[in-house]
Amino acid sequence: MQTTDTAIIRIENPQVEVENLNLYYGASQALKNLTFGIPGHQVTALIGPSGCGKSTLIRCINRMNDLVDGLRIEGDIKINGENINDPALDVIELRRKVGMVFQKWNPFPKSIYENIVYGLRIAGIQDKTVLDEAAEKCLKRAALWDEVKDRLHQSAMGLSGGQMQRLCIARAIAVSPEIILMDEPCSALDPRSTSRIEDLIRELRGEYTIIIVTHNMQQAARISDYTAYMYLGELIEYGPTQTLFTMPEKKETEDYITGRFG
Amino acid sequence: MTKKFWRQGEPFVWATGLALSLILFLTLLLFYVVMANGLAVFWPKKVALATLKGGQSLLGEIVQEETIPHTDNKRLQFKIGNRDLYGLDFKWVDASEITGLSYPKDVHVLERQEYGNFYGFLNEFEVKGIAPPASGSNSLAQTIAALEDRKVEVQILGKKIANLNRRVELIDHHLAKARYNKEENTPALAAMQGEKQGLKTEFEALVSILGEKSAALATNQAIFTDANGRTKAIALPNIVRAYQPNNMSLFAKCTYYLERLRELFFDEPRESNTEGGLFPAIFGTIMLIFLMSILSFPLGVLAGIYLREYAKDGWLVKMVRIAVNNLAGIPSIVYGIFGLGFFVYGIGGGIDQLFFPERLPTPTFGTGGILWTSLTLGLLTVPVVIVATEEALGSIPPGIREGSQALAATKLQTLTRILLPMASPGILTGFILAMARAAGEVAPLMITGVVKLAPALPLDGVFPYLHLDRKFMHLGFHIYDIGFQSPNVEAAKPMVYVTTLLLILIVLAMTSTAIYLRNKMRQRHSVVDV
Repeated sequence: MQTTDTAIIRIENPQVEVENLNLYYGASQALKNLTFGIPGHQVTALIGPSGCGKSTLIRCINRMNDLVDGLRIEGDIKINGENINDPALDVIELRRKVGMVFQKWNPFPKSIYENIVYGLRIAGIQDKTVLDEAAEKCLKRAALWDEVKDRLHQSAMGLSGGQMQRLCIARAIAVSPEIILMDEPCSALDPRSTSRIEDLIRELRGEYTIIIVTHNMQQAARISDYTAYMYLGELIEYGPTQTLFTMPEKKETEDYITGRFG
Repeated sequence: MTKKFWRQGEPFVWATGLALSLILFLTLLLFYVVMANGLAVFWPKKVALATLKGGQSLLGEIVQEETIPHTDNKRLQFKIGNRDLYGLDFKWVDASEITGLSYPKDVHVLERQEYGNFYGFLNEFEVKGIAPPASGSNSLAQTIAALEDRKVEVQILGKKIANLNRRVELIDHHLAKARYNKEENTPALAAMQGEKQGLKTEFEALVSILGEKSAALATNQAIFTDANGRTKAIALPNIVRAYQPNNMSLFAKCTYYLERLRELFFDEPRESNTEGGLFPAIFGTIMLIFLMSILSFPLGVLAGIYLREYAKDGWLVKMVRIAVNNLAGIPSIVYGIFGLGFFVYGIGGGIDQLFFPERLPTPTFGTGGILWTSLTLGLLTVPVVIVATEEALGSIPPGIREGSQALAATKLQTLTRILLPMASPGILTGFILAMARAAGEVAPLMITGVVKLAPALPLDGVFPYLHLDRKFMHLGFHIYDIGFQSPNVEAAKPMVYVTTLLLILIVLAMTSTAIYLRNKMRQRHSVVDV
């Protein structure tokens, strides 16, 4: 079934192309025949009710689902034209290009500095000046530098939740990815911290391709350029955020974004 | 009111508190008994002179007092020593029999190389080759000290002889090997035989010198009298330590106490282990735990990592997990028997067949030794380590793994850089449990390599320095041996307490070190959830 739906726009020169993607957990199908493109250097939001497959979808993009037992994927995901579902693909290389920030912040129980340079260290970089510069640059980029510059070598566990999440973003950009996946990065944060992260996302956009899963429709409206609405594993509607939120084509989308459903 | 009491769960709080206090009480009681009995052993006790109704007298330490059953009378137990005179070390005397009790200042207590303590009064000296002793209360100690140089000389001779013996033994091994390989009349062989002959001559010369010297030394004696005036000549080199407990200042007593502690930690045992020091047993215990740790911990940690991180969760892994947990519950004697059958006779016997066939039927590795004991104990403790490792890894939040892998870390990098440091406190807890269990085991040791008295330590200055084939001594076995296998159980009792105390202290010291390390790790690697 090739989607020719007018509710799903075609992106010119997409950086990430999803083609006929089907995903099964054992017998149940979690993603149903998804086909769409995600533009480079823009923010794309995935919205939809719980269990609709948004998290599963973005975890396909850096092959995080490899860790899950009993999971089967059909179809292609192409990044810059290269199919990442190819078994021969070097997953480590892929993850260097595609960073990820999780719903629950997960800094390592190490110092703030070590958290930032972790990705560089495992890539084999040992030069202290390079690491120091990267740490400073990324912390500044993540708007965390002023808060932590005096305690870089103290445990990251002493930070607040919002700071930890910004640390995780800084840690992700330290390895210079092209794409950053964000899986509900603000869902466990208070409004103040949330707004700081949103500011940060707005700043990072343009430099990185950001794909964000969110439950918060205002958030999607505030920060994203494109929005995809998913329901029960299917892509219902996909288009520029402005259009989708003001003039949704589908009834389901409208119901969801106006809060009548979801 | 009562209904509220029940509903608030008050009784449960009481029950939990009670359970804890009961356990604490019993543990403290154990400590108290061991400490009270163990710490007092080396404090010099006063020696009483008891005059009995028949006109006889009795000299000794009052050890305990009890009421005779069904009467109001009491009786006292004296440690009277002088085993060579009386045959018994201890004597019960009814309190009603005693007409007088005094503590004469000039009583001497002698700790001797053999026959245990002597209690008596000093009469006179018969000495040769040294200045005749001055009179006075210190005369005995001074005379013994004057002989010290010659005693040391004899000891050095003894060591030289032992060394010669070892060299001869080594040559014998080489000769046996040559004979086994059917080498004959080679110049090397002749040289060896010549060397052996030379050593033998040297050996015999030394032995005769030693005999003369020790005989000459033994002619220096002191004549003592016991409580009833019987005289007894005691060779001075035979006296390990002499003191006058009724005439000692507090300082002298403390000095004596410290000297006994020094002896305990650094000297060899005497008198079928009931006297003297515990050095070989302390050394053996610590070395055993170290060897066991080196052998079992890496193995257990690796196995735990495989089970948790690499094995696919399925019925096989479940079975393995159950089996591992059950392994921890098998009686230790079963491990001992397995160790004897598999390690000692199987592997050890195999090594002998392959590498030391010329020495057979005398076994080299095919008999109990510290290596086999460590392996057996390692097998016994490895399940604890596996379980601890698995659980420590399992308790790390999955987000941490994903976080690391999302940053393009491989599984191995995630494991070594993030997971293992985080799991280290938990793994160390497993080590501590395993160590404590290993330190307390006796049964499997008895059949895989522990002996009552080991002639040499498993680590010494003779090539190859580490002798893993040697049998060794162990504090736990020492307790069993002197407490229940000794010919003189009563005399050994204080030593049982001291050994127990020492074993407890060693285990405490080792586990506290491990706990200290764990807490440091915990500070560094803990996940504090906000």
